[in-house]
Amino acid sequence: MPTRLWKPRNVKGTSSVDRSKLAAQVRSFLKQHDQRSVLRFTSVGSVDDGKSTLIGRLLHDTNSLLDDQLATLARDTRMDVAGAPIDFALVTDGLKAEREQGITIDVAYRYFSLHSRSFIIADTPGHEQYTRNMVTGASTANLAIILIDARHGVAVQTKRHSFIAALLGIPRLLIAVNKMDLVEYSQKAFEEIREEYSDFAQRLGIVDLKLIPISALKGDNVVTAGQNMPWYHGETVLEYLETVYIGSDRNLVDFRFPVQYVIRPDQHFRGFAGQVASGRVRVGEEVLILPSMRKSTIKRISTFNGDLKEAYPSQSIVIVLDDEVDVSRGDMLVRPNNVPRIEDHFEAMLVWMSETPMDPGKTYVLKHTTRETKVSVLAIQYRVDVNTLSREPAQQLALNEIGRVALRTSGPLYFDDYKRNRMTGSFIIIDPINNNTMGAGMIIDRMPSKLLREQDEEQQVAHLRRSRPSPQTEPPHPHAGSVSKSERETKLGQEAVTVWFTGYSASGKSSISSALERLLFEEGRTVYHLDGDNLRSGLNGDLAFSRYDRTENIRRVAEVARLFNDAGIIVVASLISPYGEERERARTIVGASRFVEIHVDTPLEVCIQRDPKGLYKKAQAGELPSFTGISDRYDRPKKPAMRIDTSTTSTEDAIKQVMRLLRAR
Amino acid sequence: MATRQFSLTHLEQLESESIHIFREVAACFERPVFLYSVGKDSSVLLRLAQKAFAPGKIPFPLLHVDTGFKFPEMYEFRDRMRDEIGFELIVASNREAIEQGANPYDLGTKKCCALLKTGGLLTALREGKYDAAIGGARRDEEKSRAKERFYSFRDRYGQWDPKNQRPELWNLYNSAVGQDESIRVFPLSNWTELDIWLYIHREQIPISALYFAREREVLDQDGTLIPANALTRRGATQTAPTTPTTPTTPTTPTTQPTQASKCVMTRFRSLGCYPCTGAMLSTATTLEEIIGEMIAVKTSERASRVIDHDADASMEAKKREGYF
Repeated sequence: MPTRLWKPRNVKGTSSVDRSKLAAQVRSFLKQHDQRSVLRFTSVGSVDDGKSTLIGRLLHDTNSLLDDQLATLARDTRMDVAGAPIDFALVTDGLKAEREQGITIDVAYRYFSLHSRSFIIADTPGHEQYTRNMVTGASTANLAIILIDARHGVAVQTKRHSFIAALLGIPRLLIAVNKMDLVEYSQKAFEEIREEYSDFAQRLGIVDLKLIPISALKGDNVVTAGQNMPWYHGETVLEYLETVYIGSDRNLVDFRFPVQYVIRPDQHFRGFAGQVASGRVRVGEEVLILPSMRKSTIKRISTFNGDLKEAYPSQSIVIVLDDEVDVSRGDMLVRPNNVPRIEDHFEAMLVWMSETPMDPGKTYVLKHTTRETKVSVLAIQYRVDVNTLSREPAQQLALNEIGRVALRTSGPLYFDDYKRNRMTGSFIIIDPINNNTMGAGMIIDRMPSKLLREQDEEQQVAHLRRSRPSPQTEPPHPHAGSVSKSERETKLGQEAVTVWFTGYSASGKSSISSALERLLFEEGRTVYHLDGDNLRSGLNGDLAFSRYDRTENIRRVAEVARLFNDAGIIVVASLISPYGEERERARTIVGASRFVEIHVDTPLEVCIQRDPKGLYKKAQAGELPSFTGISDRYDRPKKPAMRIDTSTTSTEDAIKQVMRLLRAR
Repeated sequence: MATRQFSLTHLEQLESESIHIFREVAACFERPVFLYSVGKDSSVLLRLAQKAFAPGKIPFPLLHVDTGFKFPEMYEFRDRMRDEIGFELIVASNREAIEQGANPYDLGTKKCCALLKTGGLLTALREGKYDAAIGGARRDEEKSRAKERFYSFRDRYGQWDPKNQRPELWNLYNSAVGQDESIRVFPLSNWTELDIWLYIHREQIPISALYFAREREVLDQDGTLIPANALTRRGATQTAPTTPTTPTTPTTPTTQPTQASKCVMTRFRSLGCYPCTGAMLSTATTLEEIIGEMIAVKTSERASRVIDHDADASMEAKKREGYF
């Protein structure tokens, strides 16, 4: 296609020599610009630290302000200050309300470019009540400029800003020690601040740190060095911004491709569109699809401008796989030997951004990569006092508060630790009613998810117990024992689980359970069989077969199973347990992570035929009022760990299958 | 250089970010619409939309809010693009106001914009029940836009509350809206005017001929060069376009005595309605020459659009009412 899209009829006033000279200039400019990288930075500081002045000065001194902006500046600059220079802060204080109040109240984005780099500035307010704006600006930044007033040194707000910068994983900090003109450009003042700040930064784990003494108002060390601080030999702010190495910010190792959108214009093309979150991938390489865990191979990496051989971070591409696997939005493509965490329980640092405090009992919506799930807060481990950086217990998080929380999502997320991967370690929380963005989180992958799941289960049991009508006026306070369950498990050399057999009377539950108990015992396990019929002669001797009694029967057996498990003992339980909701309750009491439900799925006709105790006969004669399968319902388990039909499977084979299941855990 | 490997340049990053947003919109909203204004930013946006869904088609319609005061070249260009690319085009206008003869000469630009642009847009969005409207606004255009989000929430009246914007972090965009609420989406937020030109050059994106210099008859109105035929159209009955075809240009001669027009080499830096769009002196007839001028230019582009000078912070006031 020709570059000239419109052909001029007549061009006057420009000689051909001028034209070719201009064309050469433009060509060299275009060539240079093609190599340009981009640096995103955020600038933070308190109202009077001169942050807007610094940004205004950067834009001004790099010739990035336009004439009409300058004119507005000249017009709007305060006239009450004698001899006031142009008020550069006016450049970034855009909104009427803030100009009236003289403060920046929202993130403002500014742009300028130099020979080798373009810059995107997120200018964020430093007020305590606007922490959420700083977090917003910091989330995509490669670098943060934090301003310190040379007269006041490292202030409480400086610490807060540094903490948030570290929390959001900004890889490097530039500390601009401003207003050096007001401390007579004293090297001593600067060195004192440097020392104090470096100590503090070390505690936050900030490694990449740069301090520069400046005067944003006078321009010293902003773009050019100036004459006032001959003792400073380092880079100016602009020199630093232009040259600092940011290549290490990309994660080229862990391939993560969250699928955004499926493109299927016709039956010949089916591609998965998305942005590479991290890592690299080549055509012909094998990928694993989450959550289906199916493997496939990259057939094409397609773009509008033609196919690519290889893709890398933040490219928006379309991946075509070489077979017809089912992939949809929210799925993730990864490499089979480098898989993210797949968990529905995890911990995160959460910043609350809404005026409505977090309600720990409420279910929110969580958006992570291209997935949305429901989420509830299981626990607030602690809240951080951003001014003292101390941890304190908390029942909720209010606007601009930051805490470490344990979360449970309705489906698993595929995540990495935020520190390792900003794209797969971050999420936002949305209120399902008013649709507002309520919070932002950074996943911490340190606490094993298994432990979190167990904590969660403990809480649910506590909740169940509280909700039961109790003769006691005060709920009992459970004591933590001196020997933990995991210690007991270690001693016994086994993981304590409850294998729960459910099914019709005479389906073969007891036979399988007894045989399983025997086998486990002979293997050297510590195991105990809880049989529904046997328990009814003792512990549950007071219960009949009414709805309430059946429910209470299950509850007691589940509680006993839990005690045995807590003692490290494997439980094999066999009960008709006909109602789905009661089995779910048992699962909750025992703990979902150690509850193995097995459905003994022998057809009812076979059970009736067997009828060893003549119970079906009695029931059919109307003598037993609520007999499962005849005069009372049986809810088929929806997703048992296994189904066994004893009319077609021998007890021996059944035991083998169960053992295989247990060993696979 | 090793460090350059596997990293995107500035333009590539902008492109990828915009494509990501297009795909999010297509995946998360029920009825998105692309607000196509025919200008250069819309042309870039259109190319990005093509890229986002290639080899498929753009999965939502393009909506052109027509005031009836657009340059004839703009209508031609719009229809040519539709035919070449093959997108669904919807043309909307505030017919009632147009029939009553709304025009900037009698009403002033402020009221005229409110009726024809904002009014036309809001009615079209309401009638189309669109829950996402994608536009080509950039943050570097005007001061109040510097604080605009990629996803800008609008209440059921189409209004924007600058003090109550949803926080926007990483590349996670909250697309949840209630009944009759909507989101304005700005995939070009991080682009500057220079980026737009560089990208048009890099991708060889077709743009309207109005952007290139040629001899045009203009009138100098306080330093703003207004196309002479804009004033000759003054008083003409405006044609309300109902179908996306080229409207007949009103040719009623003016009765108003005007200062002498002059014929000079000019081009337009941004396109709007002809009575309110000033041309600039320029000899740039190619993209390279336009970029050459851009590098040297020291006047921000909207300076030639009369509407922004109505009142201080005028753009912000318009946006609160729902103007794009």
